[in-house]
Amino acid sequence: MYKLWATLVKDFRVLWRDGVGLALMFVMPITLVVVITDIQNSTFQLINKNKLPILLCNRDTGASGRQLVEAIEKIGMFSVVQLPQNQDEKTIGDSLRKKDALMSVVIPADFTRKVLAKSKNTAGKALTSFGLQADSSAQKDLGEIDPLTLYYNPVLQESLRLSVKGALQSALQLVESRQTLRTLYFDINEKPLPADLEGQMLNNKARINDIAVSINGSTKPPNAAQHNVPAWTIFAMFFIIMSLGGSVVREKESGSLIRLKTLPTSYLVGMLSKQITYIIVTFIQAAVIFSLGIWLFPHINLPGLELPHDLFGLFIVTLLTGWCAVSFAICVGAFSETHQQNNGFGAIAIVILAAIGGLMVPTFSMDTSLKAIANFSPMHWCLEAYYGLFLQNGTLSDVVSYLIPLVLITLAFQLLALWGLRRKNLI
Amino acid sequence: MVDDVLAINIENLGFHYPGNDGVTFSGLNLKVKKGQRFGLFGPNGAGKTTLLSLMTGLIGPLEGKVELLGLNVAKHNNEVNRLFGFVPQDFSFYQELSPVENLAFFGAWAGLNRHQIKTKTDELLHILGLDGVRNKQVGKFSGGMKRRVNLAIGVIHNPQILILDEPTVGVDVQTRHAIISYLHELNKNGTTLIYTSHQLSEAEGLCEEVALIDSGEIIAQNDLEALLIEHKKESLEGLFLELTGKEYRNDV
Repeated sequence: MYKLWATLVKDFRVLWRDGVGLALMFVMPITLVVVITDIQNSTFQLINKNKLPILLCNRDTGASGRQLVEAIEKIGMFSVVQLPQNQDEKTIGDSLRKKDALMSVVIPADFTRKVLAKSKNTAGKALTSFGLQADSSAQKDLGEIDPLTLYYNPVLQESLRLSVKGALQSALQLVESRQTLRTLYFDINEKPLPADLEGQMLNNKARINDIAVSINGSTKPPNAAQHNVPAWTIFAMFFIIMSLGGSVVREKESGSLIRLKTLPTSYLVGMLSKQITYIIVTFIQAAVIFSLGIWLFPHINLPGLELPHDLFGLFIVTLLTGWCAVSFAICVGAFSETHQQNNGFGAIAIVILAAIGGLMVPTFSMDTSLKAIANFSPMHWCLEAYYGLFLQNGTLSDVVSYLIPLVLITLAFQLLALWGLRRKNLI
Repeated sequence: MVDDVLAINIENLGFHYPGNDGVTFSGLNLKVKKGQRFGLFGPNGAGKTTLLSLMTGLIGPLEGKVELLGLNVAKHNNEVNRLFGFVPQDFSFYQELSPVENLAFFGAWAGLNRHQIKTKTDELLHILGLDGVRNKQVGKFSGGMKRRVNLAIGVIHNPQILILDEPTVGVDVQTRHAIISYLHELNKNGTTLIYTSHQLSEAEGLCEEVALIDSGEIIAQNDLEALLIEHKKESLEGLFLELTGKEYRNDV
């Protein structure tokens, strides 16, 4: 036991005096988590919270144009900025390029006239088909209604543009349907359509039930902090490769491993000590980053991090994530001949594992082959387990299926490291 | 005090590296009596380091046996590791730690308790002139100071056999003198010394018996004086050049 204690003391002293390694393990990931949360928070707010700014130029002076503007405002997803009626297209284009808004809708000048003509025409056809006398003026066909024009900045995601287009179609449909109903009612009854009846006829649509599917049925949308803090904490933990892998390489280069082999103590004591030391480091990293999320983020206009209810589950997921990161670092250190190899391979490997593991782009948006490859990234399983706790407020039992592959990958790293050191006759 | 127990007994040793790259031993025999100051010399690539690795159990023989104080190294590795100390040519310790911290760690791995480590650390740092820098980081030390730390770690557990691979390379005269004096002191107290070096004049003053090794074979072994008389040479260096030749040796 004293040997293990002495080794732990040695490992902590060596670590404490490795200023660059400490900086890499703490400063870099903390900077990343703050910057990326801030960036993603803006996107989240654009989609989830803020209304989408839209420039609206109504060149029409009639009622249908006004009704369409009202219908667009009522959709609820837009913050409408009305432009002057005679705003030219170049100025609208300049506004979009300057990103005053990402899209603009232009209602054509004769919109009301054409909507009225179309509604009369449609009502006339309907009356004729009922066997009634249609208004003779209804037969005049002014042609199709000129299309609304939707200008957009190409940076806008296609999915968002299509959903905007769908919303505009609905508003347009509402205006046209209302006018057709009014015309038809007036032609039959020779009096205006009562407002309550109009309301019933236009709004009597089948409803859509929104049901959030989450482990605990929570409908609270996840914010940028809930997404980014766990993801970049995992990244930070794996970044210990610079310090830990480097420490293994240093022991090999200096001949310390050879000297230790001539002493009556198993190197497994050394391996155990390194793992305990660096798992403690990963816990400190997690504690620091989670604390920043909880207490610092709200002061810099970022959403605060909410810890999962199952704190024991959080402890276990953090422990296994840290153990995996430590095992990976020892494994890379065991096979690296130099610091350059360890740091170069380590840094690139972490970025690749993070990318395929879904830390940068969610795995659900990857194609099938990449999704299959993601299963080989330990970070994927760490992230899924953390998301189960942070985003869905699940418990340990809900995420245990992600922890099993994580432990198997960790054991593979451990065995590989032992084999690598034995192969070089170092232990 | 030399008794009949052999410190090192190598019999019929056969060894080659995988792929047969490098030195090969075949049927090599070597005996070193307990309490001796024994020097092992040879040109680069002769097999000195490989032989030391076999003695210390870092690698195992393919044939024959290697015994330290009667214990087979391959079969009793853990017990054997308590009997000898190893001072490698490299600075095999932690540059980030102080001498005290290094000795505390290596002492624990050598099986000493906290009290034994403290007593021995105080003694060694005093003898080797490192008292004044006992808490400074070794990484900032001169080469000579690092050599002394390297030696101190090798003897922290009072080994019965001390194996030294070029313990004075790159040090100044004062440090060399201090190290050699300390090795004499250890030997007087019963420690067997197994020593390799390219500093042959230094070796003459230290070693009682020497072996010359070349291409994996012991080409001469005897009491140093007897060898010089036998080959009619006045110095170990003259004897070395006569037996191993003057050609360059490349050890890749």
